[in-house]
Amino acid sequence: MKHKDITLAIEDLTVSFDGFKAVDSLNFYLDQNELHVVIGPNGAGKTTVLDLICGKTKSTEGSIKFKDKELTNLAEHEIVQAGVGRKFQTPSIYENLSVYENLEISFPRGRGVFSSIAFKCDEEVDSRIKEVAKEIFLEEFLEMESALLSHGQKQWLEIGMLLIQDPELLMLDEPVAGMSVKEREQTAELLNRICVGRSVLVIEHDMDFVERIAHKVTVLHQGKILAEGDMKTVQNDPKVIEVYLGH
Amino acid sequence: MNFIQERLFGGKNGMIGIAVLAALIFIILPLTLDLFRLNLVGKYLTYAFAAVSLVLLWGYGGILSLGQGVFFGLGGYCMAMFLKLEASDPESTKIQSTPGIPDFMDWNQLTELPWFWEPFSSFGFTILAVLLIPSIFAFIIGFSMFKRRVGGVYFAIITQIIALILTVLIVGQQGYTGGINGITDLRTLNGWDIREDSSKYILYFINAILLFSVVFLSRFVLTSKFGRLLLAMKDKEDRVRFSGYDVSNFKVFVFCLSAMISAIGGAMFTLQVGFMSPSFVGIVPSIEMVIFAAVGGRMSLIGVIYGTLLVNFGKTMFSETFPEFWLFLMGSLFIGVVMYFPNGLAGLWDKYGYKLTSCFKKMQCINVIKTFINNKSTSKLDISSK
Repeated sequence: MKHKDITLAIEDLTVSFDGFKAVDSLNFYLDQNELHVVIGPNGAGKTTVLDLICGKTKSTEGSIKFKDKELTNLAEHEIVQAGVGRKFQTPSIYENLSVYENLEISFPRGRGVFSSIAFKCDEEVDSRIKEVAKEIFLEEFLEMESALLSHGQKQWLEIGMLLIQDPELLMLDEPVAGMSVKEREQTAELLNRICVGRSVLVIEHDMDFVERIAHKVTVLHQGKILAEGDMKTVQNDPKVIEVYLGH
Repeated sequence: MNFIQERLFGGKNGMIGIAVLAALIFIILPLTLDLFRLNLVGKYLTYAFAAVSLVLLWGYGGILSLGQGVFFGLGGYCMAMFLKLEASDPESTKIQSTPGIPDFMDWNQLTELPWFWEPFSSFGFTILAVLLIPSIFAFIIGFSMFKRRVGGVYFAIITQIIALILTVLIVGQQGYTGGINGITDLRTLNGWDIREDSSKYILYFINAILLFSVVFLSRFVLTSKFGRLLLAMKDKEDRVRFSGYDVSNFKVFVFCLSAMISAIGGAMFTLQVGFMSPSFVGIVPSIEMVIFAAVGGRMSLIGVIYGTLLVNFGKTMFSETFPEFWLFLMGSLFIGVVMYFPNGLAGLWDKYGYKLTSCFKKMQCINVIKTFINNKSTSKLDISSK
C-alpha cells in the first residue's frame, strides 16, 4: 500500500472517561475511495471514534492524521474545513428551515460572520443545491419545511448537507436507522455512488446493509479492534461470532 | 429596488407593516397627542431599541440576555456625561468650590475632573463612545462566555448579575457617576437647548428615524445567511459547528450588535428625558425590556415596537390609578404571553389578522350592497312620489 493513498491514519488512539477506556490504543487506516464500515456490539466505542475524529471529544493519547494533518488539536470547525464531514446518529437538520435553506447553509462559502452577511445565493450555489438534492432523492421537496420530511428523508437531507461541502472524508453514524426497506436500498445505492473520490466511514448495525456497501469491515469490541477484513472473513471469524452470539 | 423591498422592508407584507407603523409614529401620534404625551411616547420608543435588539439576540439567536439595560444604560450615561460637561461650564458653576466640574462631583469633594470624563467634552468622541463602549463591553462578556460555550440559562443569569453589578457600581461611586440620583440637570447639546418644546419635537423625530434605521439594519442582517444561521444554531448548534462554522463568533457578533442598538436607545433616552440614572440600568428595566419583546413577539421587528408601546402605555395608565397593582399585572402578562401566545402580538396577528382583514373586506361589501339597495329604494321612492 502506498503511503499517499491513506486518507486517515489513527495511531495509538486512547480516550478514557474517569479511568474507563472507551477507546483503547486503537490503530486504524482508511484509504482513498474506500467505504469502510465499523460494526460492533453496544458500547464498543464506535460513536466515540467518530467523536474523536471530528473533534467533539478530545483524545487522551495518540494521533489522528488526516492527509498528514494532525487533527487532535484542531477545533471542530477547523476539522470540517480541512475536509471531514460527519453525520449524527439521529437526523440532525434545521427543522424550521426549508430543505433548500438547509442545503444553502451547508454550502461551504460565507463561513465567517461578515462573509455570511454578504453571502449571495448565486447561480453556482443554486445549481449545486439542485444537483445535491437530486442525488439525495429530494429534488421535489426543496421548498418544503424540513420538519415535515419523513425520518428517512431527514437522514438523506443530512447526508446531502455533508455532500454539498464535498468532504474528502465522510463519516456516517447509522445512516439507515429507521428507514424502510426501499429507502435502505436507495441509500445503499447512494453510498456506493458517493464513495468515489473520497473515503467513507460508516457505523451500522444492519448486516444486510453492511454486506451490500462495505469494501472493508472492522469489528470493534471494548474499544479495541477485534477483526478486520472483508465481510466474509469477518463473519466467519470465531472471535466475532463469540462476541455477537457468545453471551 | 427588489433588493430594498426584500432585504430591508421584508417583502410586500413587511412593507405594509412598516408603512402602518410609520404612519402611526410620524403622523398620527404627533398630530393627536400633546407635547407631554408625545415626549412620553418618545421615551417609550427608546426602549423599543432594546426590544428590537432582543429580536436579534433572543428571537433569532436564542440567547436570552437579562442585561440589555446595561447597554441601554451605558449608551445613556455616555450621552449624559457629554451633556453634563456642557452644562457645567465655569460660568454657571461659579458658586461651587471647584467651578467647571459637574455639580455632584463638587458635592462629593472632588476637586478636578476624573480622567475618564475628559474625552466626553468632545461630541464626536461621545457619539463614538455611545456606539463603541457598549459593544466593546459586550464583546468582552460575549467572547469570554461563548468561547467557553456558556449558554442558555447560565448566560441569562450572568447577564442579570452584570446588570446588578453595574448598578451597584454606579450607585457606590457617587463622585464619579452621580450615584443613585444619576446625572441630572442636562441643558444643551452643542449650545442647542434640549428642554425647549421645539427641541422635543425634533428629538422625537430623530429618535423615530433612528429606530426605523435600526429596524432596517436588523432586517438586512436577519434576511442574510447570517439570520438563517442564527435560526439554525438555535435549533441544532452542533450541526452548525460540524458544518464548518465557528459558532461562538456568530454569537459574539449578534451580542455586540444588540448591545450597540440598545445603546442608541439609551442615548436618545437621555436626550429626550433630560437625565440618566441607575434605575434604567439594573435588573428591573432589563427584564421589562424582555417583557416588551415577549409581548410584541420576539420574532418580529415591528411587533416588538407595538409591544413596547402597549406595555408602557399600560404601565403609565395603571400605575397612575393603581400603583400597587401594576407589577402584578405585568407579571401575569408575562406568564400569560409565555404560556398562551409565545409569539406575542405578532403571532396573534399572523394567526387571526387575516380574519380581521377579511372581516373588514366583508363589511365593505355589505356597505356597497346596502348603498346599492338604498339607492334603488330611494329611486323607487322617487318614482312613486312622482
